[in-house]
Amino acid sequence: MDCVVTGGNVKVLAKAIHSLSRIGDELYVEPQEDGLALRSVNSSRSAYACFLFAPLFFSRYTIPSGHTFRCKIAIKSVQAVFRSLATLEKTVEKCHIELDEQKNHLTFTLHCKHGLMKTHNLSFQDSESLQAVFDKDSYANVFRSHPRLLVDTVVHFPPSLEEVTVSVSDERMWVRNHVEEEADQSKAMLTELCLASDEFDHFAVQAHNSVTFCLKELRGLLVFAESTGLPISMYFDEPGSPIVLSVTDSVLEGNFVLATLSDDHNHRKNNTKRECTLPPPPPDDFMNDDIDAYLIAMDTSIAPGPSATCLSTPPVADSICSKQSAAANHRTRLHSEEEEEEEEEEYETADSGRPPNKKFCSLFFGSVLSPSSQMTTQPVTSQEVLASDSEDDVQ
Amino acid sequence: MPLSTQSQADDEQYVLVASLDNARNLSNILKAIAFKDHAIFSATPNGLKVTVEDSKCLQANAFIQAEIFQEFTIREDSVGFQVNLTVLLDCLNIFGGSTAPGVSTALRMCYKGYGYPLTLFLEEGGVVTVCKINTQEPEEPVDFEFCSTNVTNKVILQSESLKEAFSELDMTSEVLQITMSPSQPYFRFVVKNLKLLSTFGNSGNAHYDYPKDSDMMELFRCDKTQTNRYKMSLLKPSTKALALSCKVSVRTDSRGFLSLQYLVRNDDGQICFVEYFCCPDEEVEE
Repeated sequence: MDCVVTGGNVKVLAKAIHSLSRIGDELYVEPQEDGLALRSVNSSRSAYACFLFAPLFFSRYTIPSGHTFRCKIAIKSVQAVFRSLATLEKTVEKCHIELDEQKNHLTFTLHCKHGLMKTHNLSFQDSESLQAVFDKDSYANVFRSHPRLLVDTVVHFPPSLEEVTVSVSDERMWVRNHVEEEADQSKAMLTELCLASDEFDHFAVQAHNSVTFCLKELRGLLVFAESTGLPISMYFDEPGSPIVLSVTDSVLEGNFVLATLSDDHNHRKNNTKRECTLPPPPPDDFMNDDIDAYLIAMDTSIAPGPSATCLSTPPVADSICSKQSAAANHRTRLHSEEEEEEEEEEYETADSGRPPNKKFCSLFFGSVLSPSSQMTTQPVTSQEVLASDSEDDVQ
Repeated sequence: MPLSTQSQADDEQYVLVASLDNARNLSNILKAIAFKDHAIFSATPNGLKVTVEDSKCLQANAFIQAEIFQEFTIREDSVGFQVNLTVLLDCLNIFGGSTAPGVSTALRMCYKGYGYPLTLFLEEGGVVTVCKINTQEPEEPVDFEFCSTNVTNKVILQSESLKEAFSELDMTSEVLQITMSPSQPYFRFVVKNLKLLSTFGNSGNAHYDYPKDSDMMELFRCDKTQTNRYKMSLLKPSTKALALSCKVSVRTDSRGFLSLQYLVRNDDGQICFVEYFCCPDEEVEE
């Protein structure tokens, strides 16, 4: 394998590696015919990211002939090669990546100004193939926006925040932090933002779903997208199915695939039912920020359902909001929110009595047999199946 | 200026009087060698030499010539004492070390001789502070016996390129290996990532190569290929001097001892030198 990256692309490669480091500790390198794939996965296999750099990204791209080569390297060693982005920009003219199969070394040579050459010989280990199974084009909900929108949204959440829930209706997207039932409810703070569909370049909702996923692992992609200015596309389906965020341009494609919390089957059924029985929401009245109106809205719009027993009409401080009725609440909150303004609400939540079942589904890794796959990151060559943690998910 | 109103009579008791309009011209250069608490001061009519040592393997010297000082009077051929360098630097920066233009601390450093404290008169904006720092018997600095006749390889570089390389070097590595040679690779630093050894077997190494014809290279005189290893912990303090300098000379002698000489320009554009000597870790002949 012998590749050369020149000029500004060196910095792009470096940024991609730094963003992959936010996912896992190891960098999986696989030179493919359609480009160089750099992948990472977290230890619980609930987050996966892949950057594919097309041959045109490189000024020279030669891959090992005959056999497929795959390896993994400690991501910290690779990060050390591209440690200072500012320096890279100022002094690096080109980066040469070469494989030395005898010595099990992947050599990164940075050719810098004034003739300085920085050579890093990194040891690698042979690795199994790492491919996540997902078909983002089949997902019900698709969005695209400038990274600034998502960065500005995410900035409202503390860096320590683990999980966020994203819910959508035809015209809006809500992003709020996810609070565990086990957490001390009296200290829980809920932050919720509402984004209107016209803030997005593309907003297509087919199912009014709510997905909860880990925010931390996403931040790496946001940093990458923001610095490269590439729009971010978001794809998700039902809870339990992964959420995929991607950036793409003519020479690269990055996909971040994060597992989402799955409700158990019961809940999912109820959610669907509730969607049908709810009265149509009143027309959006975003000028009305009156808290009383909000309370009334909560009272009257909630349709009784088999698992909606917990909903009642107490004041906000005592309002009971269970995971099961999350979908209904999203719709009611909608009435009192101002358009395009991000609000922070603080209210207490209490257990509904029966903690709902939840578990993050591990992403299913396995052989890809989808015939319609247009995904260049999903070559169908690998038949190796990695065991998922599905045993843990059975409840 | 209050400092200059001291009577002549006072001056006669001092064996050494050195004055600076801008104390930063002394404090900045001392910071570049302040990796230990104690420093040996040695003054001669040529100027001031301050030495800091670490376990007899590393020695740093800062040279401030007499011409740098606004006043430099010495009544003996050689005056020597030892002081706590950390305390001295704190005193020199007693007015807070403001970098506002036009604002500087004036210094008058006086020493009466053996057994007497080092007296510093510092003034800024009309406020005068007097500091007296106890002195100790000066230890004899180690003589590294590094003489120019024994130098095998010498390279003079512009500091800019070395600064960047040093800041990136994995400082948690234990050893830095330096190769200097009349043929390829000419001038090379090798860092072995010993830290990552445990998790991934031999996780590899990195090396930085400077070609002899680089425009950063001002002088390249290497007679024989030499590779020496130095403890990173010993080289780390020299990065402060590197950061201040505009040029650096790297020399090794036949024993593998390393001499790094830094050319530092102070606030007023005057030249001072800082020198580091370092013992090799072990000799590796390639």
